[in-house]
Amino acid sequence: MNYEGKLMDTAIEVTDLVIERGKREVLHGISAAIPRGEVTGLLGPSGSGKTTLMRAVVGVQRVKSGRVVVLGEPAGSPALRRQIGYLTQSPSIYPDLTVRENVRYFGSLYGLGAEEAAATIREVGLADQAGQLVATLSGGQHSRASLACALVSRPAVLVLDEPTVGQDPVLRDELWKRFRELADGGTTILISSHVMDEANRCDRLLLIRDGELIADDTPAAVKAAAGTDDLDLAFLTLVRDREGANR
Amino acid sequence: MSARILTNTTIRILRQLRHDRRTIALLLVVPMLLLALLYFMFEEQEPVFNRVALIMLGIFPFLIMFLLTSIAMLRERTSGTLERLFTTPVGKLDLLFGYGIAFGLAAAVQAALASAVAYWLLGLETAGSSWLVVLIAVANAVLGVAIGLFCSAFARTEFQAVQFMPVVVVPQILLCGLFVPRNQMAGWLEGLSNVLPMSYAVEALQEVGANAEPTGLMWRDLGIVTGVVVLALALGAMTLRRRTP
Repeated sequence: MNYEGKLMDTAIEVTDLVIERGKREVLHGISAAIPRGEVTGLLGPSGSGKTTLMRAVVGVQRVKSGRVVVLGEPAGSPALRRQIGYLTQSPSIYPDLTVRENVRYFGSLYGLGAEEAAATIREVGLADQAGQLVATLSGGQHSRASLACALVSRPAVLVLDEPTVGQDPVLRDELWKRFRELADGGTTILISSHVMDEANRCDRLLLIRDGELIADDTPAAVKAAAGTDDLDLAFLTLVRDREGANR
Repeated sequence: MSARILTNTTIRILRQLRHDRRTIALLLVVPMLLLALLYFMFEEQEPVFNRVALIMLGIFPFLIMFLLTSIAMLRERTSGTLERLFTTPVGKLDLLFGYGIAFGLAAAVQAALASAVAYWLLGLETAGSSWLVVLIAVANAVLGVAIGLFCSAFARTEFQAVQFMPVVVVPQILLCGLFVPRNQMAGWLEGLSNVLPMSYAVEALQEVGANAEPTGLMWRDLGIVTGVVVLALALGAMTLRRRTP
């Protein structure tokens, strides 16, 4: 692929990214290219650096070295703030406002009005709870309200940190269908999860462990490389292979 | 900074306040009750009531808005909403001025009600206009907001945030001239009080109490309070970081 083609197809490009949090280095020089208009799954155990990588992509993480380029601009640059939707792992919306007030506020930051907010609330299945205070919602509803605040601006890049945790299976399925629709419409989605069955629904997978990338491929290729049909097992095999190689 | 984002942020903060009925009730009623308490304490000493109640009209808004703002801003920091806002087109100044305007408006209602009670029910008398008293009270409230925004950067928890009240607010109340006239304090104490903004707010109120027309000293003091507000907001803006470790 020529450079121009690569530029066209890559939405997020991470190069030799090193990040320290506190005195500890949590990402040790990660490089990856995340394609445009696809669902890329970021998988790895808790504490592996998924959230830190996502924070770097949305531009709120202080970086020690390396670079992150999103849609051709350095991560965190002002032009990107209109094009990125970020869902934090623990729902970060205002508990003392209703669902509607929250989504309208986040929409208003992009000049959007009541209609867009109402449509997004329906999309995440909270139409019946729109007038309810967020503090009174269940855990799953709470995180869907937070998701609505990330979706409302129809961003070109969606960075979703564990969006389906605590959702019942039916809703989880609906949310994944929605992510697929968005990707088909051209949205780039980076989504973290530690549930391996969700990984099968991604176009590409980034497997991360202890701040290092151990795989960057399609789910099928990851499974083929590990010689198993089970992603959980594949992950385990890749980790062991790597440890064996390092020894 | 954008007018649309600032307006929507201000409205959002006011909506949050509106959902918290108990806070609104406390905000509006407590100053009145405390003024009534003062009235009965000094029932036989009208001049003392006039002096103390006037100063209190300036202290309440500062104290209460300092607390409200430092907790509200701390919540933005700890709940992740601040980080999230920084991935959107929101500017630091949108946020700082949003809080300043929203809580400034709440303080204006509070000051107007407390002053109405003080003047009409409790017989407070000042040589100057009651509107100037409300104006200075609102300036003081905004001072509390600005300093609260700045201080919230140094607290990790709400426990820590409330501890800043004795550190930041109480010395100002002790040294502002309420207990001992400032020119009768030991030199170093007077010097200390000279660098605390509350001293100027109280002096401005005393000027309104003693003079029928607004004096130059009152405007100067109000100007100093406004200057400190701008300074605290600038310092507050420096504590807001889009990128964090």
